[in-house]
Amino acid sequence: MSKAQALLHWIDERFPLTALWKSQVSEYYAPKNFNFWYYFGSLAMFVLVIQIVSGIFLTMNYKPDAHQAFQSVEYIMRDVEGGWLIRYIHSTGASMFFIVVYLHMLRGLLYGSYRKPRELLWLFGVFIYLCMMAEGFFGYLLPWGQMSYWGAQVIVNLFGAIPIIGDDLAVWIRGDYVISDATLNRFFAFHVIAIPLVLLGLVVVHLMALHEVGSNNPDGIEIKKRKDPATGHPLDGIPFHPYYTIKDMVGVVVFLAVFSFIVFFAPEMGGYFLEYNNFIPANPLQTPPHIAPVWYFTPYYAMLRAVPAFLHTQFWGVLVMGAAVLIFFFLPWLDRSPVKSIRYKGPYCKIALVLFVISFLVLGWLGTEPTDFLGSLGKTEMAVILARLFTLVYFAFFLLMPWYSRIDKTKPEPERVTG
Amino acid sequence: MAESKVEGGKRRFLLAASSIGGGIAMVATAVPFFASMLPSARARAAGAPVDVDISKVEPGMMIRSEWRGQPIFVVHRTPEMLKDVKEMDSKVADPNSDASVQPEYAKNEYRSRKPEYLVLLGICTHLGCSPMGKLQAGADSGLGADWLGGFYCPCHGSKFDLAGRVFKDVPAPTNLRVPPYKFLSDTRLLIGDDKGA
Repeated sequence: MSKAQALLHWIDERFPLTALWKSQVSEYYAPKNFNFWYYFGSLAMFVLVIQIVSGIFLTMNYKPDAHQAFQSVEYIMRDVEGGWLIRYIHSTGASMFFIVVYLHMLRGLLYGSYRKPRELLWLFGVFIYLCMMAEGFFGYLLPWGQMSYWGAQVIVNLFGAIPIIGDDLAVWIRGDYVISDATLNRFFAFHVIAIPLVLLGLVVVHLMALHEVGSNNPDGIEIKKRKDPATGHPLDGIPFHPYYTIKDMVGVVVFLAVFSFIVFFAPEMGGYFLEYNNFIPANPLQTPPHIAPVWYFTPYYAMLRAVPAFLHTQFWGVLVMGAAVLIFFFLPWLDRSPVKSIRYKGPYCKIALVLFVISFLVLGWLGTEPTDFLGSLGKTEMAVILARLFTLVYFAFFLLMPWYSRIDKTKPEPERVTG
Repeated sequence: MAESKVEGGKRRFLLAASSIGGGIAMVATAVPFFASMLPSARARAAGAPVDVDISKVEPGMMIRSEWRGQPIFVVHRTPEMLKDVKEMDSKVADPNSDASVQPEYAKNEYRSRKPEYLVLLGICTHLGCSPMGKLQAGADSGLGADWLGGFYCPCHGSKFDLAGRVFKDVPAPTNLRVPPYKFLSDTRLLIGDDKGA
């Protein structure tokens, strides 16, 4: 036995290092037919690491104080060695995290990855998505620019719209009657410690659930049903390492090329990744002429704006917006199709998914623009009419799913995975 | 075995009792942590009334002031503006301010103590943006030729008339709030305190 082997043996007698490596990586059998869409899970973890590391270094120079926050970000950008790079990595990472996760979720929709037996895996994923939204929201206040301030003002007031307890709840969240130093200080605490801890825990249970049930695949059939009698491994499975570790590294390289291009050449991304109004210090007395959240919140923001006040409360818009996010939790029980993958689903499901993706994108686009940017039709603004229409499409995708997925014409699933 | 049944009962009782006791202790411990997120004594004390000089606000003009960190609008309305407020009665959602928040002395046609001076909390009742003053009537406002002057919230497109009353079919549910205020003299306003006025 070599010295290295002896050391490993010494560790294994005290900690299940080799056993963990085998069960989770080198002998974790994943379907052999993964395609392009299967890059985004590992990429999401990769971006999470980027965010944690770059975030730690930002906290070394950032000051969570209403009088110093804006200045300290400028200080990071101008005076700290490489500070601009670390900040742009972190701000670009935030947007890229959402791009990667939205594609990861779309993969789930395409191949039915939320279906039995992966319901819990999907639920943990939706919780991760909620955490990411909270993380993005809390983080956006920290630079203490105009968009930070008024974005936080609007979102905290969403809670204020809840009947009866709303006003007190909003005051409790802010720690003051307006967004102030107290708010900034606590958002910093949430952004750098509370939410990341929860997020990491959720990632762990997401992975544990995945490795318990095994990965889905583009055919949406269970590879565990057909095992090699000699080895007990799925016939259509290959060990995660080295096959998918190498594949995912290709994904990381391509991702880093795109990521670096954005960081070095377009960190503001035309005002979508970093909004121009946020280069102006927060002013509690002056709302910028046009405010919009960062792009990854805009589909929900467009829905919020589309719902008019009714019975003297604006709670309905908040309700619609909340429901649009929470409805993802119910997806595993809404889909009644006998098949999982879009490959074997019929035209209704395919059309529904295409309409859903279109409505998500159009709502996202509408949410970045002022409501009057398309003119008016009669007394109502065109953009509001469009937002109402696509909000209906968005909800129809989910609420009509039990019906159209059941009556849809499906193709028979193959016995074994296809290429 | 009779003995183990007795033991089982005791164990279940102890388990339940210690779970409930521990649970109550945990909730009690959480209370100060939740309470620490409420506004501090310093934040609560910062709401002192502010004195506003309105001697330089010409008819048709508006100034912005600040009370409790929130914007305050003071508009000096001209007789034409007051006439336009009456015209808007049919277009606003809550013409008599029944569902809106204002002191009793501002729950009237012009929502003010003195018709010519309008005092408002410059916070949209939708989600808290600060509306823009679009006091001039007509197409130059960018809000159409039939615009009679008022306030426009850039965030979600809510519109208010020159008495801060909300239009029909906009996201904001109620009229702009009127803070407590009183006139110290013809040219001085006190925002945040209306006692003895």
